[in-house]
Amino acid sequence: MKKQLFLGALLSVVTVSSLAASGASRNEVVNGEKIAREGNGRGAVGCLVCHGMHGEGVSVSGFPRLAGLNARYLEKQLNDFVSGARDNVVMKPTATALSEDERRAVADYYSKLSVPERVAITLESNEVGEALALRGKWDQQVPACIQCHGPNGVGIGEHFPPLSGQSALYLANQMREWKKGSRANDPLGLMKHVAQSLTESEILAVAKWFSSQPTFLVENSDITSQVSAQETTQEKVTGGKQ
Amino acid sequence: MRKLILSGLVSVPLWMVLNVGIALENSTQVKPAQANPAQAKPVQSSPVSKKAFVPPPESEIPEGKFGDTIRLGRDIFLHTRANAPEYVGNDLNCSNCHLDAGRRANSGPLWAAYVRYPMYRPKNDKVNTFAERLQGCFMYSMNGKAPPADSEVIKALTAYSYWLATGAPTGVNMPGFGYPKQGFEPKQAPSYERGEAIYAEKCALCHGENGEGVHVKKGEFAFPALWGANSFNWGAGMHELNNAAAFIKHNMPLGLGGTLTDQEAWDVAMFMDSHERPQDPRYNGNIQETRKKYHDTKWSLYGIEVNGKVLGQGVK
Repeated sequence: MKKQLFLGALLSVVTVSSLAASGASRNEVVNGEKIAREGNGRGAVGCLVCHGMHGEGVSVSGFPRLAGLNARYLEKQLNDFVSGARDNVVMKPTATALSEDERRAVADYYSKLSVPERVAITLESNEVGEALALRGKWDQQVPACIQCHGPNGVGIGEHFPPLSGQSALYLANQMREWKKGSRANDPLGLMKHVAQSLTESEILAVAKWFSSQPTFLVENSDITSQVSAQETTQEKVTGGKQ
Repeated sequence: MRKLILSGLVSVPLWMVLNVGIALENSTQVKPAQANPAQAKPVQSSPVSKKAFVPPPESEIPEGKFGDTIRLGRDIFLHTRANAPEYVGNDLNCSNCHLDAGRRANSGPLWAAYVRYPMYRPKNDKVNTFAERLQGCFMYSMNGKAPPADSEVIKALTAYSYWLATGAPTGVNMPGFGYPKQGFEPKQAPSYERGEAIYAEKCALCHGENGEGVHVKKGEFAFPALWGANSFNWGAGMHELNNAAAFIKHNMPLGLGGTLTDQEAWDVAMFMDSHERPQDPRYNGNIQETRKKYHDTKWSLYGIEVNGKVLGQGVK
C-alpha cells in the first residue's frame, strides 16, 4: 500500500516536471523577452542595459551584438559564464542568477531578433586584417577566419559565431582572453591556437577588418567579388555623405 | 548513433581480406616512387633539404596577362565551382584538400606537384603530363569532367602552379610533396569503430554527423562533405586509406594538424572511407572487376564488405 502511494506520488512529480520541461509550458513560464528587457528580479538585470534595445550591442564599449546569433551558441556562452569556462566579471553573476530555462529562453529570444543590416564601412585599407581574414597565416597553421566563420564572417551554425559587424573591441578582447586562457570554451581549442599564434597588432587588424564587414552574405563571395562588393558599399557610404 | 560493427562482424575477416589484397596486388601497382627511380631520388639529401620550400608571396604575382592568368588559376583553386562550373560535379574546392591555396607542405602543394611532371602513373599506366594530372582531379576528386588540355581552366591552373614553383628544382620529390606516406603504416588494423568515436569527437563539429558538410549557400561549402553524393568519387586518391590518413594526420582538424596520433588518423580515415560516395567513372558495371582493374590495393575499400554492405555501389 505504502509502495503504491509512493509510486503514485512519484508519477505525479514526473508528470508535472515533464510538463514544465515541455516547450509550450516553458514559454509560458519563462519569457525570454521579459528577461532581456527587465531582468528576472533575482539578480539578473535586463540584458538591454549593455546589449542595446534590440540586441545590437554597444560597439565602442565592447559589448557584443546578440541579435541574430545562433540560439545554441548564446545558451552555451551563458552556461560557460556560470561554469567559468568563459570568465567575465559582469556576465558570471548575471548568468548565474538565471535558471537554465531562463538562459535558454533569453538565448532563443535574441537568436530571433533580426540582424542589423550593416554595409561595409571600411574607408582605409587594412591589408593585414584582410589577409588574416581571407587567407590565414599558414606558416603558423592559422586557417583563414572565413574558413570557419563563413564568407566575410557571417557565422556558421552553433560553433562559429558571426564576426562581421561585431564590435572590434569585443572581437579583440575575445582573442586576448583566449590567448591568456580566461576564455577556454572553444571547441577543440581551435581559437586558443589561433589567438596564441597572432601578435597584438594582428589581433587589432583582423578585429577591425571584421567589424567593418557587412552583416549579410554578399552574393558572390569569392575574393575578388568580396573586394569589389566592399568597394561598392564604400562608394555607397561615400556617396551618402556627399 | 548507428552502432557499427567492424570488429564484431568483419573485424578480423576484413583486415584479412585487405591483407589478401596485398598478396594479390598486381605487380603493375607500383608505387609512384618506384615507378621512375630517377624521379624518386632527391637531388639534395642534406638536412637543409628537409626544410619545406617556400613559394613566392602573392604580392609578387606580376601585372599583365601572365599575372591575370595566375590569379585566375588561384581563384579557380579557391572557388572551383564558381570559376570552372562546367567541369565540376560537386561543391568541393581544390583548396579543401590542398590547404592554403595549394601552398602548404604536406598538403599536396602545387609547387611540389608541378616539378614532378611529366611522370609515369600506375593509375592509368602511362606517362602523364601535368595537364593530365589536373584533369584527373576534375574527373575524380571534383566528380566532374576533364577540362580540355588547352582550356583556359587548365592553362590558368598550370600557370598558377608554375608560378608557385618559382625557383624549385625539377624532377625531384621535394620535401612536403603530396601527403607524406613514407613509412606511414598503421600499427594496428585501422578500426571503423575507433574512427567513428574520433569522428564524433573531433570532426563532426564541422563536417556534420553524417559527413555531409555544411553549406554557406547553395553550391558553396563552408565545410566540405567527406562522403555521399556531394563528395569526391570512388576514383579519387582520397578514397585510399593511406592518402586520407596522411592528409588527416598532417592537416586535420583544420589549424590543429599533427595533433592526432598516427593510429587515430588511420582509424578516422577508415571510418570516412567506409562510406558510399559517387561511383568511379571507370566503373564497368561490375564492382569486383572494377576493383581488380583499378583498386587492387590494400588501401582501397572499393568492393570490400563493411558492415554487411559491399562498398562501391555509388550514390547520386
